[in-house]
Amino acid sequence: MALRSSALSAFMVKELRHILRDRQTLLILLLLPLAMVVLFGFALRSDVKDVRVVFVDPAPDYATTALRGRFAGNGRFRIVGTAPSTADVEPLFRRGDADVAVVFAPEFARRLAEGTPARLLLISDASDPNTGSMMQAYASAVISSYQAEIGATGRGVQIVAQTRMRYNPRLESVNLFVPGLIALVLTLVTALMTAISLSHEKERGTLEVLLVSPLRPWQIIVGKVLPYLVLAFANVVTALVAAWAIFHVPFRGSITLLLFSSMLYAMVGLALGVLIAAVTSSQRAAMIAAMAGTMLPNMLLSGMIFPIASLPGWLQPATLVVPARWFIIISRGIMLKGVGLHYLWQPLVVLAVMLAVLLVGAIRSFKPRLA
Amino acid sequence: MSVAIDVRDLTRRFGTFTAVDSITFQVKKGEVFGFLGANGAGKTTAIKMLIGLLAPTSGQASVAGFDVRRQTEQVRRVIGYMSQRFSLYEDLTGRENITLYGGIYGLTDAEIASRGDALIDALHLGKSADDRVASLPLGWKQKLAFSVALLHQPAVVFLDEPTGGVDPITRRQFWEMIYAAAARGTTVFVTTHYLDEAEYCDRVSIMVDGRIGAMGTPADLKDEFGVATLDELFVQLARPTAAAPG
Repeated sequence: MALRSSALSAFMVKELRHILRDRQTLLILLLLPLAMVVLFGFALRSDVKDVRVVFVDPAPDYATTALRGRFAGNGRFRIVGTAPSTADVEPLFRRGDADVAVVFAPEFARRLAEGTPARLLLISDASDPNTGSMMQAYASAVISSYQAEIGATGRGVQIVAQTRMRYNPRLESVNLFVPGLIALVLTLVTALMTAISLSHEKERGTLEVLLVSPLRPWQIIVGKVLPYLVLAFANVVTALVAAWAIFHVPFRGSITLLLFSSMLYAMVGLALGVLIAAVTSSQRAAMIAAMAGTMLPNMLLSGMIFPIASLPGWLQPATLVVPARWFIIISRGIMLKGVGLHYLWQPLVVLAVMLAVLLVGAIRSFKPRLA
Repeated sequence: MSVAIDVRDLTRRFGTFTAVDSITFQVKKGEVFGFLGANGAGKTTAIKMLIGLLAPTSGQASVAGFDVRRQTEQVRRVIGYMSQRFSLYEDLTGRENITLYGGIYGLTDAEIASRGDALIDALHLGKSADDRVASLPLGWKQKLAFSVALLHQPAVVFLDEPTGGVDPITRRQFWEMIYAAAARGTTVFVTTHYLDEAEYCDRVSIMVDGRIGAMGTPADLKDEFGVATLDELFVQLARPTAAAPG
């Protein structure tokens, strides 16, 4: 029998050649996950470090000195000085020279020893509310740990509320970002790249030639999409290795399940890209649609950066149709909580249904208009 | 099978607009058939129905004996198509384009190699066959695209304005290639805006407002309408105010 490569494989070889030949784009796509993990990890972390503290301690005693020592000894805080009065703190905040001020009331140690309330004022720069409340929380933690300690050695029983941040005890926001980042990288490589590549063929007229050929619509779609799926797989692995090697992001669950879910999510993105290319009339329109239709929801409506619960009520239902939302539940669950199929089957089913619907739509949209 | 394309009362409406209005014509096997008409006369719609990109509203059409509506798959195997927009991939080499289309049309690896070599020789491409198509001059690209459209030896080849933007010498060479293909038995269905090219066709039809305004050999048409050139005839037919020919 004569050697004959199938129409589909011939088409896929061509698609691979396109990808491999465009070296710049390929390099960008391959390095992208690394760059994103590093950028998000270092620059966009929302946990606070190096909080600058100023003290107002008009009458220092052993207790205030001890507490000040606690702040000085804590890695998150840096003492930038003391101010004579509360009023003098304001200019420091305005100039941005201090983030938190701890103001001790007079006779702090004596009151503490007597058991009467020892007063202390904690002021933080909350021009960025998230950071403000976080700094407040860290400072309170320092104070209550001191309080707990003297309470234990002193008399009486004190009830001290303890907080414990589960799954991410050190509140490393990079842990929270990485699962979302994988979603973002996958969206970029799948939805955006297929939309661009298919709309390019549409614009150039080569798609018409393909549609007139014996290739069937599903073959065109599979041939287009499969090489990008391989690329997406490489990207997930890169992102995971980078996150693990650079930021020691934990990895508690099944890697097989995570890779499987990533590929499922990637296929949703690919089908979306095909649909976007089908409904737009130019490469530019496809690009903008892919950006606005997939990248933005992925970043803003998926819980990747902003918790869904903090979105306005009317916007929350919209997140249900954002594939990234479901993927992030899965990837966070696997990576941070180490949970398995038992807990994650629901979002997986949602993604599978989305994929089925989008695939049918994509194949339909490429059937020549025979109606 | 002496009739390659058989069209009867083919009609396509878009809403209330009738783009192609009950056209009927036959193209014989091995014939070079010129399909002329002003922009918007319905040429593109008619071609799209013949190559299976658009379903007819009513009427019948068969290409190489296959019904375009019911036997779309078979039609696609036996036709070649060169769109007015350039149909090769510019970032692939000539040879890679040949391999791609050969593969899509189900040629064996050996067939692709031998036909590809023959094609490259015939076009005197030589080493340029391994250059990216983007770097080839336009004339070569068009000839290569035509050769690639013929690679699977289709029964009928549809050429949609194949010589747009090409210099006169290349156009002449291009038409020599068309004649060579017709001589081998391939039916050539070609649209063009160059009326001098239409003179090279065995027969032409001129579409006016979705109907066929005139059809026949270039010589017969000129006699019938009493004009010196097809150009004159075309203008006469396409201009709505022109007096109806007697």
